[in-house]
Amino acid sequence: MSKKATRQAYGEALAELGRINKDVVVLEADLSKSTKTAIFQSEFPERHFNVGIAEADLMATAAGFATTGKVAFASTFAMFAAGRGFEQIRNTIAYPKLNVKIAPTHAGISVGEDGGSHQSVEDMSLMRSIPGMVVLCPADAEETRQMVFAAAEYDGPVYLRSGRLDTEDIYKDTDYKFEIGIADTLKEGTDVTIAATGMLVHEAMEAAKTLEAEGISVRVINVSTIKPLDGPTILKAAQETKFIVTCEEHSVIGGLGGAISEFLGETHPTLIKKLGIYDQFGQSGTGNQLLDEYGLRAKDIVAKVKENM
Amino acid sequence: MADIKMLTEKATQIRKDIVTMICKSKSGHPGGSLSAADIVSALYFNEMNVDPKNPKMADRDRFVLSKGHAAPVLYAALAEKGYFDRELLGTLRKFGSPLQGHPDMKKLPGVDISTGSLGQGLSVANGMALSAKLDDKSYRVYALLGDGEVQEGQVWEAAMTAAHYNLDNVCAFLDSNNLQIDGNVDKVMGVEPLDEKWRAFGWNVIVIDGHNFEEILGALEAAKAHKGQPTMVIAKTTKGKGISFMENVCGFHGVAPTSEETDKALEELSHVECCNN
Repeated sequence: MSKKATRQAYGEALAELGRINKDVVVLEADLSKSTKTAIFQSEFPERHFNVGIAEADLMATAAGFATTGKVAFASTFAMFAAGRGFEQIRNTIAYPKLNVKIAPTHAGISVGEDGGSHQSVEDMSLMRSIPGMVVLCPADAEETRQMVFAAAEYDGPVYLRSGRLDTEDIYKDTDYKFEIGIADTLKEGTDVTIAATGMLVHEAMEAAKTLEAEGISVRVINVSTIKPLDGPTILKAAQETKFIVTCEEHSVIGGLGGAISEFLGETHPTLIKKLGIYDQFGQSGTGNQLLDEYGLRAKDIVAKVKENM
Repeated sequence: MADIKMLTEKATQIRKDIVTMICKSKSGHPGGSLSAADIVSALYFNEMNVDPKNPKMADRDRFVLSKGHAAPVLYAALAEKGYFDRELLGTLRKFGSPLQGHPDMKKLPGVDISTGSLGQGLSVANGMALSAKLDDKSYRVYALLGDGEVQEGQVWEAAMTAAHYNLDNVCAFLDSNNLQIDGNVDKVMGVEPLDEKWRAFGWNVIVIDGHNFEEILGALEAAKAHKGQPTMVIAKTTKGKGISFMENVCGFHGVAPTSEETDKALEELSHVECCNN
Protein backbone atom coordinates (compact mmCIF):
# COMPACT_ATOMS: atom_id res chain seq x y z
CA MET A 1 0.00 0.00 0.00
CA SER A 2 1.25 3.46 -0.74
CA LYS A 3 1.07 6.43 1.60
CA LYS A 4 0.62 10.13 1.18
CA ALA A 5 -0.16 12.99 3.53
CA THR A 6 -3.62 14.44 3.02
CA ARG A 7 -2.09 17.95 3.00
CA GLN A 8 0.01 16.91 -0.02
CA ALA A 9 -3.12 15.61 -1.74
CA TYR A 10 -4.85 18.89 -0.88
CA GLY A 11 -2.15 20.98 -2.55
CA GLU A 12 -2.10 18.79 -5.64
CA ALA A 13 -5.90 18.77 -5.93
CA LEU A 14 -6.00 22.54 -5.59
CA ALA A 15 -3.73 22.92 -8.61
CA GLU A 16 -5.82 20.44 -10.55
CA LEU A 17 -8.97 22.35 -9.61
CA GLY A 18 -7.35 25.64 -10.57
CA ARG A 19 -6.90 24.39 -14.12
CA ILE A 20 -10.60 23.81 -14.64
CA ASN A 21 -12.10 26.50 -12.44
CA LYS A 22 -10.72 29.97 -13.11
CA ASP A 23 -12.76 31.43 -10.24
CA VAL A 24 -10.68 29.60 -7.66
CA VAL A 25 -8.39 31.80 -5.58
CA VAL A 26 -6.14 30.57 -2.77
CA LEU A 27 -5.23 32.54 0.32
CA GLU A 28 -2.37 31.71 2.58
CA ALA A 29 -0.79 32.97 5.82
CA ASP A 30 2.94 32.32 5.38
CA LEU A 31 2.78 28.53 5.42
CA SER A 32 2.44 27.77 1.72
CA LYS A 33 5.24 25.21 1.74
CA SER A 34 3.67 23.40 4.70
CA THR A 35 0.04 23.67 3.62
CA LYS A 36 1.14 22.77 0.08
CA THR A 37 -0.72 25.67 -1.48
CA ALA A 38 2.70 26.44 -2.99
CA ILE A 39 1.83 23.78 -5.56
CA PHE A 40 -1.11 25.93 -6.69
CA GLN A 41 1.01 29.06 -6.41
CA SER A 42 3.70 27.79 -8.75
CA GLU A 43 1.11 27.22 -11.45
CA PHE A 44 -1.21 30.17 -10.74
CA PRO A 45 0.82 32.86 -8.97
CA GLU A 46 -1.73 35.54 -9.89
CA ARG A 47 -4.48 33.67 -8.05
CA HIS A 48 -2.48 32.94 -4.89
CA PHE A 49 -2.48 35.59 -2.15
CA ASN A 50 -0.26 35.50 0.89
CA VAL A 51 -1.44 37.85 3.64
CA GLY A 52 1.47 37.08 5.93
CA ILE A 53 1.16 35.79 9.47
CA ALA A 54 -2.33 37.16 9.96
CA GLU A 55 -5.05 34.52 10.22
CA ALA A 56 -7.92 36.86 11.08
CA ASP A 57 -7.10 38.93 8.00
CA LEU A 58 -6.79 35.70 5.97
CA MET A 59 -10.37 34.64 6.74
CA ALA A 60 -12.04 38.02 6.23
CA THR A 61 -10.09 38.69 3.03
CA ALA A 62 -11.29 35.34 1.71
CA ALA A 63 -14.82 36.46 2.57
CA GLY A 64 -14.32 39.62 0.50
CA PHE A 65 -13.23 37.54 -2.49
CA ALA A 66 -16.29 35.32 -2.10
CA THR A 67 -18.66 38.31 -2.27
CA THR A 68 -17.36 38.98 -5.77
CA GLY A 69 -18.06 35.46 -7.04
CA LYS A 70 -14.75 33.79 -6.35
CA VAL A 71 -14.36 30.36 -4.78
CA ALA A 72 -11.87 31.22 -2.06
CA PHE A 73 -9.73 28.56 -0.37
CA ALA A 74 -8.05 29.80 2.82
CA SER A 75 -5.27 27.69 4.29
CA THR A 76 -3.14 27.69 7.39
CA PHE A 77 -2.64 25.21 10.25
CA ALA A 78 -5.86 23.92 11.82
CA MET A 79 -4.96 25.47 15.17
CA PHE A 80 -4.77 28.96 13.69
CA ALA A 81 -7.65 28.58 11.25
CA ALA A 82 -10.28 27.28 13.66
CA GLY A 83 -8.77 28.91 16.72
CA ARG A 84 -7.56 32.36 15.84
CA GLY A 85 -9.91 32.70 12.89
CA PHE A 86 -13.00 31.49 14.72
CA GLU A 87 -14.94 34.71 14.93
CA GLN A 88 -13.99 35.80 11.44
CA ILE A 89 -15.18 32.42 10.17
CA ARG A 90 -18.38 32.63 12.18
CA ASN A 91 -19.41 36.21 11.53
CA THR A 92 -17.86 37.15 8.22
CA ILE A 93 -17.88 33.81 6.37
CA ALA A 94 -20.63 31.58 7.79
CA TYR A 95 -23.18 34.18 8.94
CA PRO A 96 -23.51 35.55 5.38
CA LYS A 97 -23.06 31.97 4.02
CA LEU A 98 -20.17 32.96 1.79
CA ASN A 99 -18.43 30.60 -0.56
CA VAL A 100 -15.20 30.19 1.39
CA LYS A 101 -13.43 26.88 1.83
CA ILE A 102 -11.42 26.89 5.01
CA ALA A 103 -8.85 24.21 4.30
CA PRO A 104 -6.44 23.86 7.19
CA THR A 105 -3.64 21.36 7.31
CA HIS A 106 -1.71 19.98 10.30
CA ALA A 107 -4.81 18.92 12.17
CA GLY A 108 -4.67 16.50 15.10
CA ILE A 109 -1.83 15.29 17.28
CA SER A 110 0.11 13.60 14.49
CA VAL A 111 1.50 17.05 13.65
CA GLY A 112 4.11 15.80 16.08
CA GLU A 113 7.19 17.61 17.25
CA ASP A 114 5.80 21.13 17.41
CA GLY A 115 3.96 20.00 20.53
CA GLY A 116 0.65 20.65 22.19
CA SER A 117 0.40 24.30 21.14
CA HIS A 118 0.22 23.21 17.50
CA GLN A 119 -1.90 20.09 17.83
CA SER A 120 -5.47 21.01 17.04
CA VAL A 121 -7.84 18.53 18.67
CA GLU A 122 -10.73 20.98 19.07
CA ASP A 123 -11.14 22.33 15.55
CA MET A 124 -13.94 20.05 14.38
CA SER A 125 -15.87 20.79 17.54
CA LEU A 126 -15.51 24.54 17.02
CA MET A 127 -16.44 24.39 13.35
CA ARG A 128 -19.31 21.94 13.86
CA SER A 129 -21.01 24.37 16.23
CA ILE A 130 -21.19 27.12 13.59
CA PRO A 131 -24.59 27.13 11.87
CA GLY A 132 -24.44 25.87 8.30
CA MET A 133 -20.76 24.94 8.33
CA VAL A 134 -19.87 21.73 6.47
CA VAL A 135 -17.07 19.83 8.22
CA LEU A 136 -14.98 17.34 6.25
CA CYS A 137 -12.14 15.06 7.37
CA PRO A 138 -10.65 12.85 4.65
CA ALA A 139 -9.39 9.31 5.20
CA ASP A 140 -6.69 9.38 2.54
CA ALA A 141 -5.20 11.21 -0.41
CA GLU A 142 -7.82 10.15 -2.95
CA GLU A 143 -10.68 11.19 -0.71
CA THR A 144 -8.96 14.52 -0.06
CA ARG A 145 -8.72 15.10 -3.78
CA GLN A 146 -12.40 14.37 -4.29
CA MET A 147 -13.34 16.53 -1.33
CA VAL A 148 -11.55 19.54 -2.80
CA PHE A 149 -13.67 19.23 -5.92
CA ALA A 150 -16.88 18.58 -3.98
CA ALA A 151 -16.19 21.58 -1.72
CA ALA A 152 -15.65 23.80 -4.75
CA GLU A 153 -18.96 22.62 -6.23
CA TYR A 154 -20.83 23.23 -2.99
CA ASP A 155 -22.16 26.77 -2.55
CA GLY A 156 -21.30 27.84 0.99
CA PRO A 157 -18.73 27.56 3.76
CA VAL A 158 -16.78 24.32 4.13
CA TYR A 159 -14.10 23.28 6.62
CA LEU A 160 -11.78 20.69 5.04
CA ARG A 161 -9.30 19.29 7.51
CA SER A 162 -6.07 17.60 6.45
CA GLY A 163 -3.04 16.24 8.21
CA ARG A 164 0.71 16.38 8.08
CA LEU A 165 1.62 12.72 8.44
CA ASP A 166 1.63 10.24 5.58
CA THR A 167 -1.63 8.35 5.53
CA GLU A 168 -2.26 4.85 4.16
CA ASP A 169 -4.35 4.69 1.00
CA ILE A 170 -7.92 3.53 1.40
CA TYR A 171 -9.42 4.52 -1.92
CA LYS A 172 -6.61 4.40 -4.46
CA ASP A 173 -7.62 2.44 -7.55
CA THR A 174 -11.22 2.07 -6.40
CA ASP A 175 -14.37 3.51 -7.94
CA TYR A 176 -15.22 5.38 -4.73
CA LYS A 177 -17.14 8.59 -5.22
CA PHE A 178 -17.15 11.02 -2.30
CA GLU A 179 -20.31 12.98 -1.64
CA ILE A 180 -20.77 15.61 1.07
CA GLY A 181 -22.97 14.16 3.83
CA ILE A 182 -22.55 10.50 2.83
CA ALA A 183 -20.56 8.09 5.00
CA ASP A 184 -18.92 5.13 3.31
CA THR A 185 -19.48 1.67 4.72
CA LEU A 186 -16.16 0.01 3.94
CA LYS A 187 -17.05 -3.31 5.46
CA GLU A 188 -20.30 -4.94 6.57
CA GLY A 189 -20.58 -6.67 9.93
CA THR A 190 -23.12 -7.50 12.63
CA ASP A 191 -21.43 -7.48 16.05
CA VAL A 192 -19.89 -4.05 16.29
CA THR A 193 -19.59 -0.88 14.19
CA ILE A 194 -16.34 1.00 14.08
CA ALA A 195 -17.02 4.53 12.88
CA ALA A 196 -13.77 6.30 12.08
CA THR A 197 -12.62 9.50 10.45
CA GLY A 198 -9.37 10.79 9.00
CA MET A 199 -6.27 8.65 9.20
CA LEU A 200 -7.91 6.45 11.82
CA VAL A 201 -9.99 4.82 9.08
CA HIS A 202 -6.93 2.80 8.19
CA GLU A 203 -6.46 1.78 11.84
CA ALA A 204 -10.13 0.77 11.96
CA MET A 205 -9.69 -1.49 8.94
CA GLU A 206 -6.62 -3.11 10.50
CA ALA A 207 -8.53 -3.61 13.76
CA ALA A 208 -11.41 -5.21 11.85
CA LYS A 209 -9.02 -7.78 10.33
CA THR A 210 -7.76 -8.81 13.75
CA LEU A 211 -11.24 -8.98 15.23
CA GLU A 212 -12.67 -10.94 12.31
CA ALA A 213 -9.85 -13.46 12.75
CA GLU A 214 -11.15 -13.93 16.26
CA GLY A 215 -14.71 -14.44 15.09
CA ILE A 216 -16.12 -10.98 15.75
CA SER A 217 -18.14 -9.54 12.88
CA VAL A 218 -17.17 -5.91 12.36
CA ARG A 219 -18.75 -3.13 10.32
CA VAL A 220 -16.41 -0.28 9.42
CA ILE A 221 -17.74 3.13 8.38
CA ASN A 222 -15.64 6.00 7.12
CA VAL A 223 -17.47 9.07 8.38
CA SER A 224 -15.61 11.67 6.36
CA THR A 225 -18.39 14.25 6.59
CA ILE A 226 -18.62 15.10 10.27
CA LYS A 227 -21.33 17.63 9.47
CA PRO A 228 -23.92 17.12 8.12
CA LEU A 229 -23.74 13.68 9.67
CA ASP A 230 -25.02 10.77 7.55
CA GLY A 231 -27.93 9.93 9.86
CA PRO A 232 -29.39 6.99 7.91
CA THR A 233 -26.06 5.13 7.73
CA ILE A 234 -25.35 5.69 11.43
CA LEU A 235 -28.88 4.75 12.47
CA LYS A 236 -28.71 1.55 10.40
CA ALA A 237 -25.42 0.63 12.07
CA ALA A 238 -26.91 1.28 15.51
CA GLN A 239 -29.87 -0.94 14.70
CA GLU A 240 -27.89 -3.74 13.11
CA THR A 241 -24.86 -4.00 15.41
CA LYS A 242 -24.61 -4.21 19.20
CA PHE A 243 -22.58 -1.08 19.86
CA ILE A 244 -20.43 1.55 18.16
CA VAL A 245 -16.80 2.48 18.61
CA THR A 246 -15.83 5.90 17.28
CA CYS A 247 -12.23 6.73 16.33
CA GLU A 248 -10.82 10.19 15.65
CA GLU A 249 -7.65 12.16 15.96
CA HIS A 250 -9.54 14.85 17.85
CA SER A 251 -11.05 15.47 21.24
CA VAL A 252 -13.84 13.08 22.16
CA ILE A 253 -15.78 16.27 22.95
CA GLY A 254 -17.61 17.65 19.96
CA GLY A 255 -15.99 15.74 17.11
CA LEU A 256 -17.08 12.50 15.45
CA GLY A 257 -17.83 10.72 18.73
CA GLY A 258 -19.74 13.71 19.95
CA ALA A 259 -21.71 14.04 16.73
CA ILE A 260 -22.73 10.37 16.68
CA SER A 261 -23.61 10.44 20.39
CA GLU A 262 -25.78 13.52 19.92
CA PHE A 263 -27.56 11.97 16.97
CA LEU A 264 -28.16 8.51 18.42
CA GLY A 265 -29.07 9.90 21.82
CA GLU A 266 -32.19 11.29 20.23
CA THR A 267 -32.93 8.61 17.67
CA HIS A 268 -31.72 5.23 18.91
CA PRO A 269 -29.87 5.21 22.24
CA THR A 270 -26.85 3.02 21.67
CA LEU A 271 -23.70 2.17 23.58
CA ILE A 272 -20.95 4.36 22.09
CA LYS A 273 -17.31 3.95 23.07
CA LYS A 274 -14.93 6.64 21.94
CA LEU A 275 -11.30 6.63 20.92
CA GLY A 276 -9.85 10.09 20.77
CA ILE A 277 -8.18 12.65 22.97
CA TYR A 278 -9.65 12.72 26.48
CA ASP A 279 -9.66 16.31 27.72
CA GLN A 280 -5.95 16.90 27.52
CA PHE A 281 -3.37 18.71 25.44
CA GLY A 282 -0.81 16.96 23.29
CA GLN A 283 2.98 17.06 23.58
CA SER A 284 6.10 16.84 21.45
CA GLY A 285 7.05 13.58 19.81
CA THR A 286 6.87 12.02 16.39
CA GLY A 287 3.39 11.68 14.97
CA ASN A 288 3.60 7.93 15.28
CA GLN A 289 4.77 8.07 18.90
CA LEU A 290 1.82 10.29 19.73
CA LEU A 291 -0.71 8.06 18.00
CA ASP A 292 0.67 5.22 20.17
CA GLU A 293 0.70 7.31 23.35
CA TYR A 294 -2.88 8.53 23.00
CA GLY A 295 -4.26 5.11 22.12
CA LEU A 296 -5.25 5.74 18.53
CA ARG A 297 -3.96 2.50 17.00
CA ALA A 298 -5.63 -0.59 15.62
CA LYS A 299 -4.66 -2.52 18.76
CA ASP A 300 -6.42 0.10 20.89
CA ILE A 301 -9.56 -0.25 18.79
CA VAL A 302 -9.36 -4.03 19.15
CA ALA A 303 -9.06 -3.72 22.91
CA LYS A 304 -11.99 -1.30 23.09
CA VAL A 305 -14.20 -3.63 21.07
CA LYS A 306 -13.27 -6.69 23.12
CA GLU A 307 -13.88 -4.88 26.42
CA ASN A 308 -17.44 -4.25 25.38
CA MET A 309 -18.40 -7.45 23.60
CA MET B 1 -22.21 74.14 -5.19
CA ALA B 2 -25.53 72.61 -6.25
CA ASP B 3 -24.15 69.23 -5.35
CA ILE B 4 -23.32 70.38 -1.87
CA LYS B 5 -26.80 71.76 -1.31
CA MET B 6 -28.27 68.45 -2.42
CA LEU B 7 -25.84 66.49 -0.25
CA THR B 8 -26.69 68.63 2.76
CA GLU B 9 -30.34 67.85 2.22
CA LYS B 10 -29.64 64.15 1.87
CA ALA B 11 -27.49 64.10 4.99
CA THR B 12 -30.16 65.96 6.93
CA GLN B 13 -32.81 63.50 5.78
CA ILE B 14 -30.50 60.64 6.79
CA ARG B 15 -30.05 62.20 10.24
CA LYS B 16 -33.80 62.58 10.66
CA ASP B 17 -34.28 58.97 9.70
CA ILE B 18 -31.53 57.84 12.08
CA VAL B 19 -33.08 59.43 15.15
CA THR B 20 -36.62 58.50 14.14
CA MET B 21 -35.88 54.84 13.52
CA ILE B 22 -33.74 54.42 16.64
CA CYS B 23 -36.38 56.15 18.75
CA LYS B 24 -39.03 53.83 17.34
CA SER B 25 -37.02 50.67 17.94
CA LYS B 26 -35.95 51.94 21.38
CA SER B 27 -32.54 50.47 20.61
CA GLY B 28 -29.59 51.26 18.37
CA HIS B 29 -26.53 53.46 18.01
CA PRO B 30 -27.31 57.10 17.23
CA GLY B 31 -23.96 58.79 18.03
CA GLY B 32 -21.72 57.01 15.53
CA SER B 33 -24.47 56.93 12.91
CA LEU B 34 -24.90 60.69 13.03
CA SER B 35 -21.15 61.33 12.91
CA ALA B 36 -20.88 59.37 9.65
CA ALA B 37 -23.97 60.80 7.94
CA ASP B 38 -22.11 63.30 5.77
CA ILE B 39 -19.52 60.76 4.58
CA VAL B 40 -22.18 58.17 3.76
CA SER B 41 -24.28 60.80 2.04
CA ALA B 42 -21.34 61.83 -0.15
CA LEU B 43 -20.64 58.20 -1.03
CA TYR B 44 -24.18 57.19 -1.95
CA PHE B 45 -25.35 60.43 -3.57
CA ASN B 46 -22.26 61.69 -5.32
CA GLU B 47 -19.60 59.05 -5.57
CA MET B 48 -20.52 55.41 -5.79
CA ASN B 49 -21.58 53.69 -8.98
CA VAL B 50 -24.48 51.62 -7.67
CA ASP B 51 -27.94 50.79 -8.94
CA PRO B 52 -30.73 50.24 -6.42
CA LYS B 53 -32.70 48.39 -9.11
CA ASN B 54 -29.78 46.00 -9.55
CA PRO B 55 -28.16 45.72 -6.12
CA LYS B 56 -25.91 42.83 -7.14
CA MET B 57 -24.59 44.53 -10.30
CA ALA B 58 -21.19 42.90 -10.84
CA ASP B 59 -19.21 46.05 -11.50
CA ARG B 60 -20.78 48.22 -8.80
CA ASP B 61 -18.66 50.07 -6.30
CA ARG B 62 -18.74 48.39 -2.89
CA PHE B 63 -19.34 49.80 0.55
CA VAL B 64 -18.15 48.05 3.72
CA LEU B 65 -19.58 49.44 6.93
CA SER B 66 -16.87 48.03 9.14
CA LYS B 67 -18.32 49.84 12.17
CA GLY B 68 -21.47 47.79 11.74
CA HIS B 69 -23.23 49.26 14.76
CA ALA B 70 -23.72 52.41 12.67
CA ALA B 71 -26.24 50.38 10.64
CA PRO B 72 -28.92 53.12 10.84
CA VAL B 73 -26.82 55.50 8.73
CA LEU B 74 -26.49 52.82 6.04
CA TYR B 75 -30.17 51.88 6.19
CA ALA B 76 -31.25 55.50 5.92
CA ALA B 77 -28.95 56.05 2.92
CA LEU B 78 -30.14 52.87 1.18
CA ALA B 79 -33.79 53.82 1.71
CA GLU B 80 -33.16 57.34 0.43
CA LYS B 81 -31.35 55.88 -2.58
CA GLY B 82 -34.37 53.71 -3.36
CA TYR B 83 -33.21 50.20 -2.46
CA PHE B 84 -36.38 49.60 -0.47
CA ASP B 85 -39.50 51.34 0.74
CA ARG B 86 -38.62 53.85 3.43
CA GLU B 87 -41.56 52.56 5.50
CA LEU B 88 -39.22 49.69 6.30
CA LEU B 89 -37.03 52.02 8.36
CA GLY B 90 -39.66 51.83 11.07
CA THR B 91 -38.93 48.14 11.55
CA LEU B 92 -35.29 48.61 12.60
CA ARG B 93 -34.23 45.87 15.05
CA LYS B 94 -37.75 44.46 15.18
CA PHE B 95 -38.41 40.74 14.98
CA GLY B 96 -38.65 39.62 11.35
CA SER B 97 -37.20 42.84 9.93
CA PRO B 98 -34.50 42.82 7.24
CA LEU B 99 -33.06 45.79 9.12
CA GLN B 100 -31.13 43.76 11.67
CA GLY B 101 -29.27 45.32 14.59
CA HIS B 102 -26.13 45.05 12.48
CA PRO B 103 -26.14 44.86 8.63
CA ASP B 104 -27.04 41.44 7.22
CA MET B 105 -26.33 41.02 3.50
CA LYS B 106 -28.62 38.00 3.31
CA LYS B 107 -31.60 39.98 4.49
CA LEU B 108 -31.25 43.45 3.00
CA PRO B 109 -30.50 44.38 -0.62
CA GLY B 110 -27.69 46.90 -0.96
CA VAL B 111 -25.64 45.51 1.92
CA ASP B 112 -22.40 44.29 0.35
CA ILE B 113 -21.14 42.42 3.41
CA SER B 114 -22.54 41.54 6.80
CA THR B 115 -20.66 43.35 9.54
CA GLY B 116 -20.88 43.79 13.27
CA SER B 117 -17.88 42.46 15.09
CA LEU B 118 -15.35 45.23 14.81
CA GLY B 119 -12.05 45.05 13.00
CA GLN B 120 -12.96 42.76 10.12
CA GLY B 121 -14.31 45.11 7.45
CA LEU B 122 -11.05 46.36 6.00
CA SER B 123 -9.93 42.79 5.32
CA VAL B 124 -13.18 42.15 3.46
CA ALA B 125 -12.70 45.35 1.46
CA ASN B 126 -9.22 44.11 0.52
CA GLY B 127 -10.64 40.81 -0.71
CA MET B 128 -13.15 42.66 -2.89
CA ALA B 129 -10.43 44.98 -4.20
CA LEU B 130 -7.97 42.16 -4.91
CA SER B 131 -10.69 40.42 -6.88
CA ALA B 132 -11.27 43.58 -8.92
CA LYS B 133 -7.56 43.79 -9.71
CA LEU B 134 -7.42 40.11 -10.61
CA ASP B 135 -10.30 40.47 -13.07
CA ASP B 136 -9.14 43.86 -14.32
CA LYS B 137 -12.34 45.55 -13.20
CA SER B 138 -12.56 49.21 -12.39
CA TYR B 139 -14.94 49.20 -9.45
CA ARG B 140 -13.77 50.78 -6.21
CA VAL B 141 -14.23 49.65 -2.63
CA TYR B 142 -15.12 52.07 0.16
CA ALA B 143 -14.87 51.18 3.82
CA LEU B 144 -15.92 53.08 6.92
CA LEU B 145 -14.13 52.41 10.19
CA GLY B 146 -14.46 53.92 13.62
CA ASP B 147 -11.55 55.42 15.50
CA GLY B 148 -12.17 53.12 18.45
CA GLU B 149 -12.29 50.24 16.00
CA VAL B 150 -8.66 50.64 15.02
CA GLN B 151 -7.78 49.31 18.48
CA GLU B 152 -8.56 45.90 16.95
CA GLY B 153 -5.32 44.27 15.81
CA GLN B 154 -6.84 42.89 12.64
CA VAL B 155 -7.25 46.42 11.29
CA TRP B 156 -3.47 46.67 11.13
CA GLU B 157 -3.15 43.25 9.51
CA ALA B 158 -5.51 44.51 6.83
CA ALA B 159 -3.65 47.82 6.60
CA MET B 160 -0.49 45.87 5.74
CA THR B 161 -2.28 43.69 3.20
CA ALA B 162 -3.82 46.65 1.36
CA ALA B 163 -0.49 48.45 1.14
CA HIS B 164 1.44 45.28 0.22
CA TYR B 165 -0.88 44.64 -2.73
CA ASN B 166 -0.95 48.32 -3.75
CA LEU B 167 -4.73 48.44 -3.48
CA ASP B 168 -5.36 51.89 -4.88
CA ASN B 169 -8.95 50.81 -5.49
CA VAL B 170 -9.53 50.83 -1.72
CA CYS B 171 -10.57 54.07 -0.07
CA ALA B 172 -11.26 53.87 3.64
CA PHE B 173 -12.77 56.52 5.87
CA LEU B 174 -11.91 56.73 9.53
CA ASP B 175 -14.84 58.29 11.37
CA SER B 176 -12.69 60.00 13.94
CA ASN B 177 -15.12 61.27 16.55
CA ASN B 178 -12.89 60.48 19.55
CA LEU B 179 -15.59 58.67 21.51
CA GLN B 180 -16.13 54.99 22.22
CA ILE B 181 -18.44 53.20 24.65
CA ASP B 182 -16.27 53.65 27.72
CA GLY B 183 -15.32 57.26 27.03
CA ASN B 184 -12.84 59.29 25.02
CA VAL B 185 -10.76 57.18 22.67
CA ASP B 186 -7.56 58.78 23.95
CA LYS B 187 -8.51 57.86 27.53
CA VAL B 188 -9.63 54.29 26.84
CA MET B 189 -6.78 53.33 24.51
CA GLY B 190 -4.94 56.01 22.62
CA VAL B 191 -4.77 55.54 18.85
CA GLU B 192 -3.02 58.75 17.80
CA PRO B 193 -1.13 59.75 15.79
CA LEU B 194 -3.51 58.20 13.30
CA ASP B 195 -2.17 59.97 10.22
CA GLU B 196 1.41 58.94 10.96
CA LYS B 197 0.35 55.40 11.74
CA TRP B 198 -1.49 54.90 8.46
CA ARG B 199 1.26 56.62 6.52
CA ALA B 200 3.82 54.35 8.16
CA PHE B 201 1.72 51.38 7.11
CA GLY B 202 2.06 52.47 3.49
CA TRP B 203 -1.19 54.34 2.94
CA ASN B 204 -1.94 57.61 1.23
CA VAL B 205 -3.45 59.67 4.06
CA ILE B 206 -5.79 62.62 3.78
CA VAL B 207 -7.07 64.43 6.85
CA ILE B 208 -10.34 66.31 6.52
CA ASP B 209 -13.26 67.80 8.38
CA GLY B 210 -15.75 64.95 8.05
CA HIS B 211 -18.71 67.33 8.06
CA ASN B 212 -17.48 69.55 5.24
CA PHE B 213 -18.72 68.29 1.89
CA GLU B 214 -16.14 70.19 -0.13
CA GLU B 215 -13.42 68.39 1.84
CA ILE B 216 -15.14 65.00 1.62
CA LEU B 217 -15.60 65.30 -2.15
CA GLY B 218 -12.07 66.60 -2.54
CA ALA B 219 -10.72 63.61 -0.64
CA LEU B 220 -12.69 61.21 -2.82
CA GLU B 221 -11.26 62.80 -5.95
CA ALA B 222 -7.75 62.76 -4.54
CA ALA B 223 -8.11 59.09 -3.56
CA LYS B 224 -9.15 58.15 -7.10
CA ALA B 225 -6.25 60.07 -8.57
CA HIS B 226 -3.69 58.50 -6.24
CA LYS B 227 -2.09 55.39 -7.74
CA GLY B 228 -0.22 52.54 -6.15
CA GLN B 229 -1.43 52.96 -2.58
CA PRO B 230 -4.72 52.61 -0.72
CA THR B 231 -6.12 55.84 0.68
CA MET B 232 -7.17 56.48 4.24
CA VAL B 233 -9.32 59.53 4.76
CA ILE B 234 -9.14 60.52 8.39
CA ALA B 235 -12.37 62.40 8.85
CA LYS B 236 -12.53 64.51 11.97
CA THR B 237 -16.13 64.23 13.05
CA THR B 238 -18.39 64.96 15.98
CA LYS B 239 -20.27 62.10 17.57
CA GLY B 240 -23.99 62.86 17.50
CA LYS B 241 -23.37 65.57 14.86
CA GLY B 242 -26.33 67.74 13.98
CA ILE B 243 -28.26 67.39 17.22
CA SER B 244 -27.04 69.80 19.86
CA PHE B 245 -27.78 67.71 22.93
CA MET B 246 -26.26 64.58 21.41
CA GLU B 247 -23.01 66.11 20.18
CA ASN B 248 -19.98 64.72 21.95
CA VAL B 249 -22.14 62.92 24.48
CA CYS B 250 -20.73 59.48 25.09
CA GLY B 251 -24.05 58.25 26.48
CA PHE B 252 -25.62 58.46 23.02
CA HIS B 253 -23.27 55.80 21.63
CA GLY B 254 -25.78 53.02 22.07
CA VAL B 255 -28.80 54.57 23.72
CA ALA B 256 -32.01 55.45 21.91
CA PRO B 257 -33.41 58.96 22.23
CA THR B 258 -36.79 59.30 23.94
CA SER B 259 -39.70 60.53 21.86
CA GLU B 260 -39.33 63.97 23.42
CA GLU B 261 -35.67 64.05 22.53
CA THR B 262 -36.49 62.84 19.05
CA ASP B 263 -39.01 65.64 18.55
CA LYS B 264 -36.40 68.12 19.68
CA ALA B 265 -33.84 66.56 17.35
CA LEU B 266 -36.19 66.69 14.36
CA GLU B 267 -36.99 70.28 15.15
CA GLU B 268 -33.27 71.16 15.12
CA LEU B 269 -32.72 69.25 11.90
CA SER B 270 -35.62 71.02 10.20
CA HIS B 271 -33.69 74.27 10.68
CA VAL B 272 -30.65 72.80 8.92
CA GLU B 273 -32.75 72.15 5.88
CA CYS B 274 -34.28 75.57 6.11
CA CYS B 275 -30.90 77.33 6.33
CA ASN B 276 -29.56 75.52 3.29
CA ASN B 277 -32.64 76.25 1.27
